[in-house]
Amino acid sequence: MTTTPLAMISNIAAVMPSDRAARWLVGGTLTILGVGTIVGLLLRFRTTTDAGRRTVANLNARIRAWWVMAAVFALAIYFQRTGATILFALISFLALREMLTIAPTRRADHHTMFWAFFVLIPIQYYLVYIRWEVFYMIFIPVYGQIFLAIRSTLTGDYTRYLERTAKIQWAAFICVYCISHAPALLTLEVPGYDGHPWELLVWLVVVVQMSDVLQYCWGKMLGRHKIAPHISPNKTWEGFLGGVLTATLLGALLYRITPFAPWQAAVIAFAVAVLGFFGGIVMSAVKRDAGVKDYGHLIEGHGGMMDRIDSLTFAAPVFFHIVRYFFL
Amino acid sequence: MIAGLIRLLTGAQARWCGVDPVRADGSVPTRVYFANHQSNLDAPVIWASLPPELRRRTRPVAARDYWDAGAIRKFLAHKIFRVLLIERAKVTVSNNPLRAMDEVLAGGESLIIFPEGTRTMDADGVMNEFKPGLWHLAKKHPDAELVPVHLENLNRILPKGTLILIPLLAAVTFGKPIRIEAGEDKPRFLARAKQAVQELHPPEGAGS
Repeated sequence: MTTTPLAMISNIAAVMPSDRAARWLVGGTLTILGVGTIVGLLLRFRTTTDAGRRTVANLNARIRAWWVMAAVFALAIYFQRTGATILFALISFLALREMLTIAPTRRADHHTMFWAFFVLIPIQYYLVYIRWEVFYMIFIPVYGQIFLAIRSTLTGDYTRYLERTAKIQWAAFICVYCISHAPALLTLEVPGYDGHPWELLVWLVVVVQMSDVLQYCWGKMLGRHKIAPHISPNKTWEGFLGGVLTATLLGALLYRITPFAPWQAAVIAFAVAVLGFFGGIVMSAVKRDAGVKDYGHLIEGHGGMMDRIDSLTFAAPVFFHIVRYFFL
Repeated sequence: MIAGLIRLLTGAQARWCGVDPVRADGSVPTRVYFANHQSNLDAPVIWASLPPELRRRTRPVAARDYWDAGAIRKFLAHKIFRVLLIERAKVTVSNNPLRAMDEVLAGGESLIIFPEGTRTMDADGVMNEFKPGLWHLAKKHPDAELVPVHLENLNRILPKGTLILIPLLAAVTFGKPIRIEAGEDKPRFLARAKQAVQELHPPEGAGS
């Protein structure tokens, strides 16, 4: 039996019907990043003012970082549930580190924070990995919160107790619990859907992150009316509407890698894009409160890890629930 | 490799404000880095934040009673950080800490010192008064650059009295060198040196 490479590819394609869509996704990502890189280069040669140069330099740094992030994400997804779980556990770790760094804590919180880093994160992600759904849905909201509250009293320091404890609990909720719903998407098996398990996660990340990028682009092009001048001065109504609507359209166009019908994909994409927007606003409010501009310097041009995944924090758990309750 | 590990662990980001790590002509002056003291990680973090060519020629100054206790500490102090160990308790003419520091500076190497003498317990980062060692070094080595260094968050990463380390992000800021002004006396110089460290506190908080 002779098999040409072409025949092999068509055989694989016949077995896995959604691989055509996956190829489009990879091709599309490479095209967008490629076009972005070329536009960035052209802008660099055409910009003459100092302020313009700074904007273009930041834009190019962001695009370079996008290449790296896309590669890391693709590599993790290649290793399926294991890769995604490890990647998001690391993301949780880095995000929690940034959030607790800017949240003022006292000496008495030292051990409480140790538990948040080295016990809550591994247990939560292990539960996700072994698919113990009823437990990972409540582990941090119930047992994590109870434990953190108890641990903070053991040192006997009650100064600003409520504030301190709430800060650590909230950080664990946002950075660990909410984010862990992203790899949990790989555990969902929609009846009658024969796509790959990673497709829901890829769809969510693409819609939410592209919504961020599109809001930035629309805002830079047409932005006039500030939407939250005190919390996030760069966000405008024009950016918000343009970004959310184009992200909705993108989500609908990508319906082939989801179990959704096109209209369902559009409705869900709209919901996660709006939640992504509010995730960004809320995480900005935390930064303003702490008096910092970025969560860190981890990703060139973007700031810290939390600055990049802020929009995923609210979108991931709600998207998980939408799929879990309407499609399973 | 150890320097990379320390930076990874503490997320330490070095900022050079008002001083360049290496001069424009590529030369490295003899320096005394003086910093606020919060944690046992302070000296390793400053050491790890320096570019490799500076790190090789810079020695932290620390107490012999702490670093000579135990095999691991001894190994780190002697083989890795090349700590200049000084006596805190029984100071005699022959083991006077200043003499050892003089010799290092005279040999063209730099020092990292903590003029508060001990770790600051204050949670708000209020520093203790500076001990006069810095003044004596400045008098004796007028050509050495005195570089103020501000450390932030290390008291939260590894506070006094625990061995449990939590991975928050540290910030290291190197400031503009100071020198003894004409007619300046010891107390005024030491107060100004302390102020130089305090002023490096990042206005935006940690990490920005």
